[in-house]
Amino acid sequence: MNRKNKEKLIEMFFLFNGILVILILVGIFLLLLKNALPAFKEVSLQHFLTKPIWNPDAYEQPTYGLLPMLVSSLMVTVGSLVVAVPLGIGTAAYLSDVASPRVREIAKPLVEILAGIPSVVVGFLGIVLLGPVISRLTGTYNGLNALNGSILLAVMALPTIISLSEDALGSVPRAYEEASLALGANKWETVIKVKVPAAASGILAACMLGMGRAIGETMTVLMATGNAAEFPRSFLGPVKTMTSTIAIELGEVAYYTTHFHMLFAVGLILFLITFVVNLCADIIFHKHTRVQA
Amino acid sequence: MKIVKVLGVAMAGAALMATAASAEMIQIKGSDTIINLSQKLAEIYMQQNPGVKISVTGGGSGTGIAALINKKCNIANSSRAINAKEMESATAVGVAPTRIVIAIDGLSVVVNKGNPVTQLTSDQIGKIYRGEIGNWSEVGGSDMPINLYGRQSNSGTYGFFRELVLKGEYSSKMNSMNGSSQIVEAVKADPSGIGYVGVGYVKNAEGISVLEVASGPNGIYKSPLDKASVEDGSYPIARPLYQYVSGTPSGETKKFLQFEVSSEGQVIVEEEGFYAIAEEYKAQNIKNGL
Amino acid sequence: MRLKIKRIKEVMGFNTLRLCMLVVVMILAVIFYDIFSKGAGIISWEFLTKPPVDGMTKGGIFPAILGTFFVTAITAILAVPLGMGCAIYLNEYARDNGLTRFIRLSIRNLSGVPSIVYGLFGVTLFVDMCHFGTSILSAGATLGLMTLPLTITASEEALKTVPRSYREGALALGATKWQSIRTNVLPFAIPGILTGTILGLSRAAGETAPILFTGAAFFLPDIPNSIFSQFMALPYHLYIMSTQHHNISLVRPIAYGTALVLIALVFLMNLVAVIIRYRLRKRGMAHG
Repeated sequence: MNRKNKEKLIEMFFLFNGILVILILVGIFLLLLKNALPAFKEVSLQHFLTKPIWNPDAYEQPTYGLLPMLVSSLMVTVGSLVVAVPLGIGTAAYLSDVASPRVREIAKPLVEILAGIPSVVVGFLGIVLLGPVISRLTGTYNGLNALNGSILLAVMALPTIISLSEDALGSVPRAYEEASLALGANKWETVIKVKVPAAASGILAACMLGMGRAIGETMTVLMATGNAAEFPRSFLGPVKTMTSTIAIELGEVAYYTTHFHMLFAVGLILFLITFVVNLCADIIFHKHTRVQA
Repeated sequence: MKIVKVLGVAMAGAALMATAASAEMIQIKGSDTIINLSQKLAEIYMQQNPGVKISVTGGGSGTGIAALINKKCNIANSSRAINAKEMESATAVGVAPTRIVIAIDGLSVVVNKGNPVTQLTSDQIGKIYRGEIGNWSEVGGSDMPINLYGRQSNSGTYGFFRELVLKGEYSSKMNSMNGSSQIVEAVKADPSGIGYVGVGYVKNAEGISVLEVASGPNGIYKSPLDKASVEDGSYPIARPLYQYVSGTPSGETKKFLQFEVSSEGQVIVEEEGFYAIAEEYKAQNIKNGL
Repeated sequence: MRLKIKRIKEVMGFNTLRLCMLVVVMILAVIFYDIFSKGAGIISWEFLTKPPVDGMTKGGIFPAILGTFFVTAITAILAVPLGMGCAIYLNEYARDNGLTRFIRLSIRNLSGVPSIVYGLFGVTLFVDMCHFGTSILSAGATLGLMTLPLTITASEEALKTVPRSYREGALALGATKWQSIRTNVLPFAIPGILTGTILGLSRAAGETAPILFTGAAFFLPDIPNSIFSQFMALPYHLYIMSTQHHNISLVRPIAYGTALVLIALVFLMNLVAVIIRYRLRKRGMAHG
C-alpha cells in the first residue's frame, strides 16, 4: 500500500469515528422509536397523551396515560429551577464580579466537586437527611415528596447553571463594564443593569441545560419522591416522574408486551423533551456568542 | 501509542475471559419479598459448596418471571403464581416454568405503634386500600386520615394483596414504596399510616404493630406472627413463596433447590421470619422434580 | 443622600450574592459532613476487603468495589479510543462544513440525553440484540456510550492546546499528516486527554440508572469470572441498602459507609486527574 492511500485510509478511519457519534444519537432515537411503536397497535396515541391515569397493571382495564408522570416531571423540574436559578445566577455573579481571585480559586473547585457527587448519593441523602427535615417542618409524616425531589434536583442542576452562567458573565466585553462605571454607575448597578442583561442569553442557555439535567435525572427522584401513581396535586404529595416510572417498571415487564413498549414510548418522550431543551439552549447560546463576536 | 496497545491487550484479555464464562453460575432474580431470604440461602450454600457461584437480584416477581422467560436467569423468585399472560409468553419461546414452594409467608398488615387499632377484617382492609374508608375513626381508631403505603406494581405482594384482599383497584393515593422495608420505615414514622409487608419484615421491627386479621366480621382475629394459624390457613392472608425454574430442575440448580427445601434450608427460612413449608407443598415439590 | 442609598443598595446586593455562594458551600458542607460523620465509623480494612455476610447486615462491600472497578474498566476500553478518535477527527481532519457542525451538535445533544434513556438503549442494544445478557459487558458498554461526549470534548480540548507549530514542523520535515499527529501531537495531548477521560470515568463509576437493567446484582459475593457475569456495584449497592434491604434501619451504617467509599472513589479519580493536570501545567511552563 502506498503512503498516500494509507493516509487516506487513516483519515477515513477517523471520519468514521466522527460519524459514529451521529450514528449513536440517531441509533438511540431509532431504537426507542422501534420499541415504542408496537405499543400503539393496541393503545391509541390519543389515549397515551390524554388519559390522566397510568395504570398498566390494572385490575380490569390497563390504562397508559402519560399525563400524570409528565406533570410530575415538570413539577419537580420547575420546583428545582425556582431554587437553582436565582441561587445559581447569584453564585455565578458573585464568582465573576465580587469574589477576590483567591476566593474564586477555592470556590470554583467546590462547584466542580458538587457536580461530581453521584446522583444516588444525593437521593440517599434525600431519604435519610432531607426527608425527615421536610416531614418535621411541614407536618407531613413522610418527607418523600415533590418538594424533596425539587430541592435535590436543584442541587444536581446548580453546578451546570453556576459554571455556564459564570462563563457567560465572564465573556461580557470589558468595555461594557468600563463604560457603565465611567457613566457614574457603581459596581452593583453595573453587574445588575449591564452585565447580567448583556449575558442574558448565555445565562438562559445555562438554565435550560440545568433544566435538561433536572428533567432527565433518575436516581434522586426515584429514591426521594414517594412514587405514588396518583395525579400530582401538591408539592407536599408524592409524585412519580417519567424517569422513575421507567426505572421502576422496566424490570417488571415481560419483554415485547404492550407495557414494555409503552415504557419505551415514555423514554422516547423523555428523549425528545431533553433533545428540544438542549437544542434550544444550543441555539440561544450560539446566537449569544455570535453577538459577542 | 502505548495507551492504544495497553487497551488492545486489555480487550484481548476481556475476550479471553469471556470465552471462559462459567456454566456453574446460578442466577436468581425476582421478588423483593424473597430476596433477602434467597440471599441468605445462597450465602450459606456457597459457604458449604465453594465451587458454586450464585447471584441474587431483586426487582420484583414480574422481573424474575420475565427474566426466566427471556432465559436471563435460572431461578425466578415469585411471591405469586405465574399468570396466564406470562405462561403464554413462556410457552411461545419454549420455556416451561416449573414451580417450587420454598417458604410460607403470612402477609402482615402493619400500623404505627401509637395507633389504637389492633384488629381489622379482610373486608375493612380492602375498603381502606380501595380508598373507600379514608379515616381511622371509621374502623374504631382516632380521627385521622389514613395514609396508605404499598408496593410498586412489579411486586408480587402488590398483586397478591389485590387479588385476595382488595378485589379491586388500589386507591391512587397510595404511596408506592421501592421495597417492603421502606413500607416498614414509613409506617414507623407515620402515626396514621398503614402498610402491608411479608412477615419476614416485621418480626423484629420496632415502632410498628402488626394487626390481627379476620376473614369476615364473624371470623376469628389471627396474627401472622402466630405460626400455627398461618400454617393451618386460619390466618386469611397467608401465601406460599415460589421459585420458578425452566423445565425439570437439574444440575447445580437442582442441588441448590434441594438444599432450600431440606430441613437445614427450612431452618434458615424460619430464621429469616418466614414459615417452613407444609407436607402438601413438599409432595408437590417432589412431583415437580426435586 | 442619593449616593448613600446607592451605596447601601450596592452593599446589600453584594451581600445577597455572597449569601448565594455561602448557601452553595453550605449544601456541599452538609452533604460531606453527614456522609463523613456517619460513614467513617464503619470503614475498616475488613469493610473494604470482605464480602457482605449474614443477610448483608455485616461484612464488607468488596464485591461492589470490584464490580464498579470492572465496569469502569470496560467503560474506559470503549470510551477512550472512540473519544480520542472522534476528537482527532474533529480537531485535525475536519473542515468547517455541515457534517462537522452536525457531529458537534450530536455530541452536545448526546451529553444531554438522560441516563435512564441510555439504560433503555443499553437494554435493547447490548442485553437483547447483541445477546450480551445482563452483564459487566452490557453495563460497561452502556456507560461507555454515556461517557463518550465527555471524553470527546476533553480530548479535543487537549489536542487544541498543542501548538500549530508542532504539526507544521513535522509536516515541513516531510512527515505525513498521520505521522505528524502520532509523533508531534498525541504525545503532548495525552496527559490532557487522560485528565478529561478520568473525570468522565469518575462520572460513569457513580452512575446507577444505566446499570439498573444491564447487569447490576443485589448479591454476588464472588469475584466476577467473566465479562458476561453480573456484578455488584457501589452505586447500586447504596441504592438497595437504602431502599430494598429487609431492614434498612439496621444496615444504615453500611449504606453510609458505601456512600462514603463511593464519594471517596469518585474524588480519588478527580484528584488523580487534577494532579496530572497540575504536572502538565508545570511542564507547559517549563517548555514556555
